[in-house]
Amino acid sequence: MAVPKSFSFDTLSLHAGQQPDPLYGARATPIYQTTSFVFKDTDQAAALFNMERAGHVYSRISNPTCAVLEERVAALEGGIGAIAAASGQAALHLAIATLMGAGSHIVASRSLYGGSHNLLNYTLPRFGIATTFVDPREVDAFRTAIRPNTRLVFGETLGNPGLDVLDVPRVAAVAHDAGLPLLVDSTFTTPYLMRPFELGADLLYHSATKFLGGHGVAIGGVLVDSGKFDWETSEKFPLLSEPYDGFHGMVFDEESTVAAFLLRARREGLRDFGACMSPTNAFHILQGIETLPLRMQRHVENTRRIVAFLAGHEAVEAVIYPELPDHPDHALAQKLLPKGCGAVFSFTIRGGRPAGRRFIDTLRVFSHLANVGDAKSLVIHPASTTHYRMDEAALRAAGISEGTIRLSIGLEDPDDLIEDLSRALHASQKA
Amino acid sequence: MKLDVRGKSAYVYTAGHAIDPALPTVVFIHGGEQDHSAWVLQSRYFAYHRYNVLAPDLPGHGRSQGPALASIAAMADWVIAALDGAGVKRAASVGHSMGSLVALELAAHHPLRIAKIALLGTAVPMPVAEPLLDAARADDHAALDMINVWSFSPRAQIGGNTAPGLWLLGMNLRLLERQASGVLYADFKACHDYVAADAAASIQCPALVIVGSRDQMIPPRATHEFVKRLPHAQTVTLEGSGHALMAEQPDAVLDALIGFL
Repeated sequence: MAVPKSFSFDTLSLHAGQQPDPLYGARATPIYQTTSFVFKDTDQAAALFNMERAGHVYSRISNPTCAVLEERVAALEGGIGAIAAASGQAALHLAIATLMGAGSHIVASRSLYGGSHNLLNYTLPRFGIATTFVDPREVDAFRTAIRPNTRLVFGETLGNPGLDVLDVPRVAAVAHDAGLPLLVDSTFTTPYLMRPFELGADLLYHSATKFLGGHGVAIGGVLVDSGKFDWETSEKFPLLSEPYDGFHGMVFDEESTVAAFLLRARREGLRDFGACMSPTNAFHILQGIETLPLRMQRHVENTRRIVAFLAGHEAVEAVIYPELPDHPDHALAQKLLPKGCGAVFSFTIRGGRPAGRRFIDTLRVFSHLANVGDAKSLVIHPASTTHYRMDEAALRAAGISEGTIRLSIGLEDPDDLIEDLSRALHASQKA
Repeated sequence: MKLDVRGKSAYVYTAGHAIDPALPTVVFIHGGEQDHSAWVLQSRYFAYHRYNVLAPDLPGHGRSQGPALASIAAMADWVIAALDGAGVKRAASVGHSMGSLVALELAAHHPLRIAKIALLGTAVPMPVAEPLLDAARADDHAALDMINVWSFSPRAQIGGNTAPGLWLLGMNLRLLERQASGVLYADFKACHDYVAADAAASIQCPALVIVGSRDQMIPPRATHEFVKRLPHAQTVTLEGSGHALMAEQPDAVLDALIGFL
């Protein structure tokens, strides 16, 4: 008997989570720009508040436009559901705050986006949550760093900015051996290039601001649950497996066997911390996701052309891209990222910081700004911007030097991009 | 709550409430390879509307100790033992798919204990195609993939779930995957072997049948044929719904149950 076919990735990118508007038949997802939703009667109102009926009450907790985005990303990731958050950072905070409180501990890759590093290294300790950072290439280091109070293992699918490829299956096995979930930041890979749940991750999030949106017009984050982690048998997550006074003594993992995490994240995390996504931003990000497969193909094709160009240029000391044979994670990337290693990468310019400045100031097509994953090509100097809070040792540990330049390759004609880079590299080498 | 049923640990969802002998009781019985959470919204509603609710995980499912039971009759006997354990003398029984057969069997053989039955996604007989039985016997993940796709209507395959942000196909697949090896085959075999030719005709209590017009697991025509043999039955058809009625159209299921119970 043939297994019936469900919809493929490209089709889900366009359709998942949305039915044509039942009132007017609108094909596009309407922007439900409303704070609140009128109850049918007092019984329905009470039932909605007490989770006896499903639906929307107030847009901080849920909103129909955001719900389409949530379902769509969950479908593309092979998850059970998602929560749209105000930003990628809000999604990360929501994940952490749903799993643990003061006295807890996280084991994280040390190759993280600067903002995530700030949250874990400087801010969360103030709330009693400590983090041990480890080299993501040393899987045993994750194991060694786990303590009795550890509640989460965390890394980026592609580390920032050295593009360390997280060995998701092996790191997940380490986490699971210790009864812990693995959370990954999937921003750089998107579900088009990697589906971390199929490799063993339990939770993931995106800065949807980046490739999911693609247009650079909306800040947003999406936190996705695989539904695979068994919170009950782990016995480390009383927030999910014991009665919660803040919701009539609800035991989240009894209420929903597979969606306990999302239930608490929405019913407590969005309710109390309030970092929800606006419906308009959800709409913008949905427009981006409709073309995600097409865009990611072109992002990767353009990136491969430019990586090859830079790798052969005399003004370039090194190019860090896992598809290059000399990248430490080349073999792992071929296994985990066969469709490509994304469109964000770094290279080291000959001549250090002054050459880097001349290079960036000469570029015309590339925009100098603090973002990645835009349809337009972008450039930044991490040591003086995204990672400026790190001292030299921390920078080195994260694989950044004074001459490191990070590019995010867009969808322009690659010949135009190469010409722009060629001119700027030439200018950079003039003393 | 945790109950001891015949010397084995059993989990029964009650929305955290103690059993109040003064209130009527509804027992919700899940389908094959599922657990109590299939009834998440409906069971919670009744628990907060002057009913005792018992939504057990059948043996071997969810949090209840195994092994899974081999026949519908054994499952019905187990539910009676669970009612005894909870101190409930009489209950309405609501069952989905395999659970609907258990509810029917309960009403047929324990008429003094069962006040009403509501059967969702049901038909007798409930044959399971041989290739699906074979895949279940072999513990082949393809069996779960088949059930998952066939459990949802064409509309639900696209989504637009009533419960914000939840992707039903993913939710259901994960719940199926949570059940222990061997449970699916035991459940399917129990459904396949259930004949009970006289069970339907012997039912004396009121019965409600809820059918999804796009049910691909149990064709609506099979349900309608079965209803002809069920006295005192009323039928509610949920237009567009697939087999996973409680997830696809939770409010319509709840409204039908409120009207009936």
